[in-house]
Amino acid sequence: MKFEVNGETVETAVAPGQVLRTLLREHDHFEVKKGCDAGDCGACSVLVDGQPVHSCIYPAHRLEGTQVTTVRGLGTPEHPHPMQQAFSDAAGLQCGFCTAGMVVTASTFTEEDKDDLPRLLKGNLCRCTGYRSIRDAICGVTNTETPAAGEAAGRSVKAPAGMRVVTGREEYTLDFRTPTKLLHLAVLKSPYASARILSIDATAARAADGVHAVFTHEDVPDLLFSTGRHEDRNDDPDDTRILDTVMRFRGQRVAAVVADSVRLAELALALIEVEYEELPAVFDPALAREPGAPLLHGEKGPESRISEPGRNVVAQMHGETGDVDAALAASAATVEGTWQTQRVNHAALETHAARAWLDDDGRLVVRTSTQVPFLVRSELCHIFGLPEDRVRVFAARVGGGFGGKQELLTEDLVTLAVLKLGRPVQYEFTREDEFTIAPPRHPMRVGVRVGATADGVLTALAVDELMDTGAYGNHGVGVMFHSVHESISVYNAPNKRVDAESVYTNNLPSGAFRGYGLGQVIFAVESALDELARKLGIDPFEFRRRNVVKPGDAMVVVDPHEESDLIYGSYGLDQCLDLVETALKSPPPASLDGPLGTPVPPVGEQWAFGTGMALAMIASIPPRGHFADTTVGLEVDGSYSIGVGTAEFGNGTTTVHGQLVATVLGTTTDRITIRQSDTDVARYDTGAYGSAGVVVAGKALHAAAHKLRAAMLARAAAIVTGVGAVDQDPAAPASSLAVVGEVVPGGVLVPAGRWGDARLVTAAELLAAGPMVADGSHDGTPRTVAFNVHAFRVAVDRGTGEVRILRSIQAADAGTVLNPEQLRGQVEGGTGQAIGTSLYEEVMLDGAGTVLTPAFRGYRVPKFSDLPVTEVHFAETHDDLGPLGAKSMSEAPYNPVAPALANAIRDALGVRPHELPMSRDRLWRLLQ
Amino acid sequence: MDLISVREIRMPRDRSEIVFAPGEQPLGGGTWLFSERQPGLTGLVDLTALGWEPLTVTAETLTIAATCTIRDLTLLPAQAGWHAHPLLSLCANSLLASFKIWNVATVGGNVATALPAGAMTSLMAALDATAVIWGPEGEARTMPVATFVRGVRQTDLRPGEVLRALEVPVASLSSQFAFRRIALSNLGRSGALVIGRVDPSGEHVYTVTAATPAPVQFRFDEAPSAAALKHAFDGIQEWYDDPHGAPDWRRAVSTLFGEEIRGELEGSAA
Repeated sequence: MKFEVNGETVETAVAPGQVLRTLLREHDHFEVKKGCDAGDCGACSVLVDGQPVHSCIYPAHRLEGTQVTTVRGLGTPEHPHPMQQAFSDAAGLQCGFCTAGMVVTASTFTEEDKDDLPRLLKGNLCRCTGYRSIRDAICGVTNTETPAAGEAAGRSVKAPAGMRVVTGREEYTLDFRTPTKLLHLAVLKSPYASARILSIDATAARAADGVHAVFTHEDVPDLLFSTGRHEDRNDDPDDTRILDTVMRFRGQRVAAVVADSVRLAELALALIEVEYEELPAVFDPALAREPGAPLLHGEKGPESRISEPGRNVVAQMHGETGDVDAALAASAATVEGTWQTQRVNHAALETHAARAWLDDDGRLVVRTSTQVPFLVRSELCHIFGLPEDRVRVFAARVGGGFGGKQELLTEDLVTLAVLKLGRPVQYEFTREDEFTIAPPRHPMRVGVRVGATADGVLTALAVDELMDTGAYGNHGVGVMFHSVHESISVYNAPNKRVDAESVYTNNLPSGAFRGYGLGQVIFAVESALDELARKLGIDPFEFRRRNVVKPGDAMVVVDPHEESDLIYGSYGLDQCLDLVETALKSPPPASLDGPLGTPVPPVGEQWAFGTGMALAMIASIPPRGHFADTTVGLEVDGSYSIGVGTAEFGNGTTTVHGQLVATVLGTTTDRITIRQSDTDVARYDTGAYGSAGVVVAGKALHAAAHKLRAAMLARAAAIVTGVGAVDQDPAAPASSLAVVGEVVPGGVLVPAGRWGDARLVTAAELLAAGPMVADGSHDGTPRTVAFNVHAFRVAVDRGTGEVRILRSIQAADAGTVLNPEQLRGQVEGGTGQAIGTSLYEEVMLDGAGTVLTPAFRGYRVPKFSDLPVTEVHFAETHDDLGPLGAKSMSEAPYNPVAPALANAIRDALGVRPHELPMSRDRLWRLLQ
Repeated sequence: MDLISVREIRMPRDRSEIVFAPGEQPLGGGTWLFSERQPGLTGLVDLTALGWEPLTVTAETLTIAATCTIRDLTLLPAQAGWHAHPLLSLCANSLLASFKIWNVATVGGNVATALPAGAMTSLMAALDATAVIWGPEGEARTMPVATFVRGVRQTDLRPGEVLRALEVPVASLSSQFAFRRIALSNLGRSGALVIGRVDPSGEHVYTVTAATPAPVQFRFDEAPSAAALKHAFDGIQEWYDDPHGAPDWRRAVSTLFGEEIRGELEGSAA
């Protein structure tokens, strides 16, 4: 087979049944991504003879004589294609994993096509942006700027990797060639939701062509751990083995094959003979905690930290302040209801994947798609009994996370294989794996009881929560406790009660998801409060104002005397409520015009119109410690290098890190090199979860930059004036008396004085007495609170259940806005993902543990055509705790969206939806 | 995705080479075959290698080769009096697949895959197209597309047979039509797709797809009354149940669409 790729001739053999995508990657065209391998997401789009196609479903045997163009072939960082430049200028990307396919597809558009984007882009999924910035890119709107030296903070600086991403140069997890022959791992999965393995015979598989090893439960450490990763490993129950003899959900690992190729590994799976004894199973969390239900982990003792293994309860919380029942009985109005949320898949475009090998020193190196490289390392060391200095874990750019990569899903198996075989081994999830075995958002049933006086003052708030943690308890404890925290403590009410239980079932395990449980409970609480305001005839904004906490109010769940490090570092909820209320009453801004712009209200008797709002509070950092140790170093050319452990997966943390450091050091962000998400480049970082990247690692870097600056000024002063130490150590306090200059690009400018004329002390001079590397750390405490308010105006078709969003408005209180365009992107992306949760997405099971939606084609991730442009407003606050007054804002925008939309639909239809997603068929049925 | 069990892909040079061993299947564009795992599939015979003329128009018939890409079909220019020509793009746009897939996917492949949401099936059934089927011994047979697709992933193809072409009567293209479609998301996989057509002969044809496991067709000699149409829809025995819509909703929206189409066609009857 002979064809051309980006103008270069490729002569190669094609395997029968091979597709273009894998062929291109075999030839190191790593810019061609695997998002779904099914033609649904478009991440692998390339041009074949000028026509855009999905290379993952393009049969490679037809390539003879064709010309293939990938995103790399369109342009280079130095000479980008106009569409590549446009995506960079518009900040039309976040994680960037979809970007190659987006750019290739959009590169074929004509001017007229720009009015037809919803249709033309229905084959390109983006999970991060909400599509507004992609629209801007294609339509030539510039949203970024290049500030002068020292002025980066607060400006819409581009992501440093942006141009590399849009030209296909940025490496993700698997985008590199391992020098020695790479082996591939495939997993045999349980066909039963509940079974015991009686025997496994892998003889035939071990003898199969290209197979190097088959691992079963006999080959793994006899040790329990949790796939969920937290700063404190004791936060999750030890209930999981690498390979177990008991199958607790359909799809659980039975055995792993390592072979020369994915194909050979998968073919060998069929040769493993397994004898199972099927066991009773339970799929309904309400039944799972009833007496007589099959016990998932009944054999485990207190060392596993499971709350009640004899009742399938992994965690529980029961508490009350005051007397809810009495208060409700005496209230002027009460509302009681039960709300149900579904399983939601993260749908990060890059699937979970890891590749591991031994370096020249025999040290284990694991490159993985993770949010938490340090937590992965510590658990691998725990499981395999390795010292931490014998393991390096790192992440390249990660193709989306949303909480889904706060798990150990691939790294343990590749470690096992590398330690046994001494060869590089890769394990890459398929999209089907993502849907069937990667943990989705916890489904929850949330009962709410609320009461208020006739004046609209809350008297009581009670929540009864049941969450399905699935077969394993990863995040099953933390999500439960977090879910009932800020959702309840944002309201003042003298009487509160919480009953929450997190329950094992034989469904696939649930896990961490953007919002970490809050969204599910906020959906219920905000719906109930909306109904209560209606009963009382009080405007929903006004009702919230009367009842939300304000600085000085204790943030109480059920214990008014609870010790907490959560404080009001700033407070912008009042502003958020005002901003959204005002925007709702005003016409939509002109900036929303365009292909995704302001929808025209539909006409016809079947359409019902409504408006709704909801709010959310979130703590800025996860509780009980979140740590970052960072460094900022001066380089001899006057640039700076940053070492930071947290990961970049579209959160934009890296951009902000560069901005913070550039601002302190009076330089521009292009003169800062950032090394990150690697246990070798920083001493420690808890990782990228709980939206901690700016407020923990960023704060640490900010401190490090200040230390470096002080030492640079001290050295410069000493060099010029002779006063002070020319070898001033950034770690030691510098005398402020010696500071006379300012840090400028290239070094320190010392003004004229008695020592002579003004002069620039160059970086080389500063470094003459030794390297300058400052460190900065932060321990994640105390913590502050951030706020989001969302409102929708909708039209609902009574005949079909279709919802059209006419207005979508969110106000966010993120403290100082460090990068307006990125923050807008986080709010839009969170809103888009939440609209998916609210209207479209659902991991469906058959009631017996089988996932019915194993591909994007069955699981409705919002497309370009599904999302409105959200108007984004920012409160003007300055936080006492965060760097330069900033607060976190990645998870938070997701949380108020579902109830705001439910309240708008309720307003339109006169009937309240209680279940997510509020799909067309469900809304239609609500009216029957 | 790579089809790991496939050992051979053959490119036939003429009809005599369209032969299948057990475990082998015909290959059209491949956009569906390569989009899911195909356990047990050992070989493919690539029909696109045969160079069949994609589109042939005569006074009576539009012949669409099974291997004609969806893109080529959407680019077919309208001829005078082809009132139903917009159905070509309406149906193509009803596919979950984007225009990039149309560059490769074939009309015959979409019909032969026999998915309820296969909009080429909707189109061909609504236009009273005939499926031309080639047998392994050089024989051919024909049948209406509306009955060729028998259920979810089920067609009337017997072992060794391939779908050769789809023949659309030009009279069908000259019909007045009305079209309704809905999915659980705006451009998502169809939950219900209803096409009404008034044939030049005066016959009123209603075709329901996506909402039912296989196409359902109602034919009326003249414009049906609301009651007659409702009665027909009420008689549909099975509404499809999959993640793209609950059966009760599919019944309701299909029935609603039927009545809307009836109203629309009343004003434009031939």
